[in-house]
Amino acid sequence: MHVAVAPACNIQCNYCNRKYDCSNESRPGVVSEKLTAEQAAHKVLAVAAEVPQLSVVGIAGPGDALANAPKTFRTFELIQEALPHLKLCLSTNGLALPDHVEKIAAMGVDHVTITINMVDPEIGVKIYPWIFFRHKRWEGLEAAKILHQRQMEGLEALTAKGILVKINSVLIPGINDQHLVEVNKAVRARGAFLHNVMPLISDPAHGTHFGLTGQRGPTPSELRTVQDNLGDAKLMRHCRQCRADAVGLLGEDRGAEFTLDKLTEVKPFDPKKREMYLSVVERERADRQRAKEMASAPEKIEETPLLVAVATKGGGRINQHFGHATEFQVFEVTSAGAKFIGHRRTDKYCVGGTDDSDAMTTTLAALEGVSAVLCAKIGNKPKERLKDAGIIASDEFAFDYIEASAITWYASRNKSGSKAASA
Amino acid sequence: MAFKIIEAKCTGCGACEFECPNKAIAEKSGVFAINPKKCTECAGFFDSPQCVAACPVPKTVVQAF
Repeated sequence: MHVAVAPACNIQCNYCNRKYDCSNESRPGVVSEKLTAEQAAHKVLAVAAEVPQLSVVGIAGPGDALANAPKTFRTFELIQEALPHLKLCLSTNGLALPDHVEKIAAMGVDHVTITINMVDPEIGVKIYPWIFFRHKRWEGLEAAKILHQRQMEGLEALTAKGILVKINSVLIPGINDQHLVEVNKAVRARGAFLHNVMPLISDPAHGTHFGLTGQRGPTPSELRTVQDNLGDAKLMRHCRQCRADAVGLLGEDRGAEFTLDKLTEVKPFDPKKREMYLSVVERERADRQRAKEMASAPEKIEETPLLVAVATKGGGRINQHFGHATEFQVFEVTSAGAKFIGHRRTDKYCVGGTDDSDAMTTTLAALEGVSAVLCAKIGNKPKERLKDAGIIASDEFAFDYIEASAITWYASRNKSGSKAASA
Repeated sequence: MAFKIIEAKCTGCGACEFECPNKAIAEKSGVFAINPKKCTECAGFFDSPQCVAACPVPKTVVQAF
């Protein structure tokens, strides 16, 4: 879960405006309420009692976790006192990072995420209008140079201390899309363990500079092209760009259940519940691994891989109704295997209204390039709409494991295809 | 000599609060306000007023009089 104790920021990004908040909306930098360190610790206790899965608590803004570092560290201290088994993480733009590496290491913070969108200040100028550093506001090239130098310094210092560092990059078409390969090289050379490239979310209604000036976000296929060009780097493909006060599993935000006004009575944390949960996870994982191994055939033939989107509530199974899915897991499938390549979200924007045709248009855009959708159930109308868009929808694999089903679908599709051709 | 925060523009992020060398800034129902009696416009501390430089919203921290 994220606790929103860090509303202040020390830089301005052209894709960010923290004033705009729609409760239906899910994207970074958005929260419904800001917390003091004490309120945050109280909230973590409440969530830990209700959600036995809780294992990581992060501070990800909505501003910068290190702009007001004493508050972030105070929050961590309170959480550590109450629930020492929880892992701590934080997210930062890196500007203040070098000043706090010692403290981060001393507190045993598990991992740090740095948002790095450029390693060339000339490109940085187009992303960051100003920074606030050493009691002064810096603009233009000077600002971008300082930020870049501080990011690299912070990254190096953290990895030298053995702390895991993940890098987030926002893909901004026309500005850093070609450049992210360089960013990837630079951060890998400095020991980052994971690189997460996420799409720019740009909408005039959000009031961001990019939103207001018509800078568009990437399409799903543009995002994938960039991710694929990053070569053998460890890429994170499951990012959902969640809110800075999100609670629960990825893609299933339960933040709204745990707002301050609902936290009057806090049940005690029960470690037994957590142990039980962990044993169930272990069993499911082993089960899923077996299904995966059985599904991957040894021989490799030249095949065109196809993209298959899956509606799932988790557990590696096709177990969600098409109409209930707010996101799809996308796999690249051949008869030899199914490789997870990312998520496509359909709820990223606050669209307002519940016009079904609108929702379907958003869904179709999210499913760009996908050949088939596997779900637990789907109505006739959406099935038709998908068919018109050239996407096959199927519920014949309802509640089966994803990888095995996708491969079976691929193989049977080829068979019926060749039958039709020979007939 | 003092600054003030235009309430309607303040996002309540508090970036100004912890930069103020005079502890003149405090939260008042979700937004921040400067105590004009304590504000020195950072004279003697910094070259430029810290609240003006740190505030993310243009023209929100302005001269009070």
